[in-house]
Amino acid sequence: MSLQLKNLHCYRGHRTLFTNLDISVEPGRVLVVAGKNGCGKSTLLKIISGLRQADEGEVFWNGLSLQENATEFEQQMIWLSHRNGLNESLTAKENIQYSTSLANYTDVNISSILERVGLKGYANTPVRQFSAGMKRRLAMSRLVSKPAKLWLLDEPQSALDKAGIRLLDELIIEHVTQGGAVVMSSHHDVSLTNITVDTLTL
Amino acid sequence: MNSTLQSLYFLAIRECLTAFRNRHEALSPLIFFSLVCVLFPLGVGASADLLRTIAPGIIWVAALLAILMSLGTLFRHEYEQGTLELMVLSEHPLIVLVVIKLVAYWLITALPLIVVAPFMAYGLGLTADAQGVLLLTLLLGTPVLILVGAIASTLTLVIPQNGMLLALLVLPLYVPVLIFATSAVNTVMMGGSAAGALYILAALCVLSVTLSPLAIVAALKIGVSQ
Repeated sequence: MSLQLKNLHCYRGHRTLFTNLDISVEPGRVLVVAGKNGCGKSTLLKIISGLRQADEGEVFWNGLSLQENATEFEQQMIWLSHRNGLNESLTAKENIQYSTSLANYTDVNISSILERVGLKGYANTPVRQFSAGMKRRLAMSRLVSKPAKLWLLDEPQSALDKAGIRLLDELIIEHVTQGGAVVMSSHHDVSLTNITVDTLTL
Repeated sequence: MNSTLQSLYFLAIRECLTAFRNRHEALSPLIFFSLVCVLFPLGVGASADLLRTIAPGIIWVAALLAILMSLGTLFRHEYEQGTLELMVLSEHPLIVLVVIKLVAYWLITALPLIVVAPFMAYGLGLTADAQGVLLLTLLLGTPVLILVGAIASTLTLVIPQNGMLLALLVLPLYVPVLIFATSAVNTVMMGGSAAGALYILAALCVLSVTLSPLAIVAALKIGVSQ
């Protein structure tokens, strides 16, 4: 796999968020997008995910532009935004079924996924009753419910407690050592042991 | 292929389950519709002739407003909770997911109105012929209301309180449906044939069923990119 951003420009209203951005992300690497609030971290991640078009420049996945290669890219990518992507009327178990159905990946063991993100015993609890940190953990379950090569994480640490952040780091390290790649935005310090972390400051 | 169908089946079930869990919200159009139809005779008096004359108008205006009221919530939860992003990035074509959502929405919002409408029509004194035609106009007209309304609703998704704007955008487009639907019922009550108006309603229905999902998909993509 390879992800390349070529000559990306992005404007928001009259503001220039970034220009001439050229980056490539290789397997086994973590790219942390850093910068102050409102500098375009989330916008950049949205552009990489394909949710938003760059004003100029293009994103390439395995050598093909994202528009040409959208289906393959969507199969191999997991998107975790600051909105958790949870249906609050449904239970934790139903939410996992929902997100795996959307990803067209129904072959999952829900109880082991919930155990992995520390929500064992909450399978039948409505998500509405969850705390912000628990919702975040449930959103993280998408990372372990489907094999993917690229993770796009927008502020993944928000609302997580120390144990939650440790779990996230574990998941990232496991993913990267297996040859996956991660692009994440963060305004916290990211410390991942034994992993090469590239930082892009916007 | 099989797993795709299974996934889509799961997604359709989820829609219905979500509506069932939020049944207070899902039932409010039906309650609004029934209340308007029941309260109207109390307001205008018990003249059977008068009620029979205005019955198609009452029922259609009540149905139209009930659907308009609920349109603000279409895709609203998905947008706020972030599941809309997952839908757009899903491996299933977005248009398929949108169609599932809209069919479920019609079943949950409009079908109960259509089931109750004959009782309301009977109560307001419509003849059996007119009741049949009224039912047909609702079956053909409510999909138009929902599909056209859904375009406006998705276009205004990024605006937090979109109710007023939605009504302004949508009401002019609802007027033809209202006129042809009520005139179909009125014509039958006067002994004429409703075929002309029904054909036009059917044409509007086909037009919105085929074209509006494309517009809704485009509007949703704009919504998530913000």
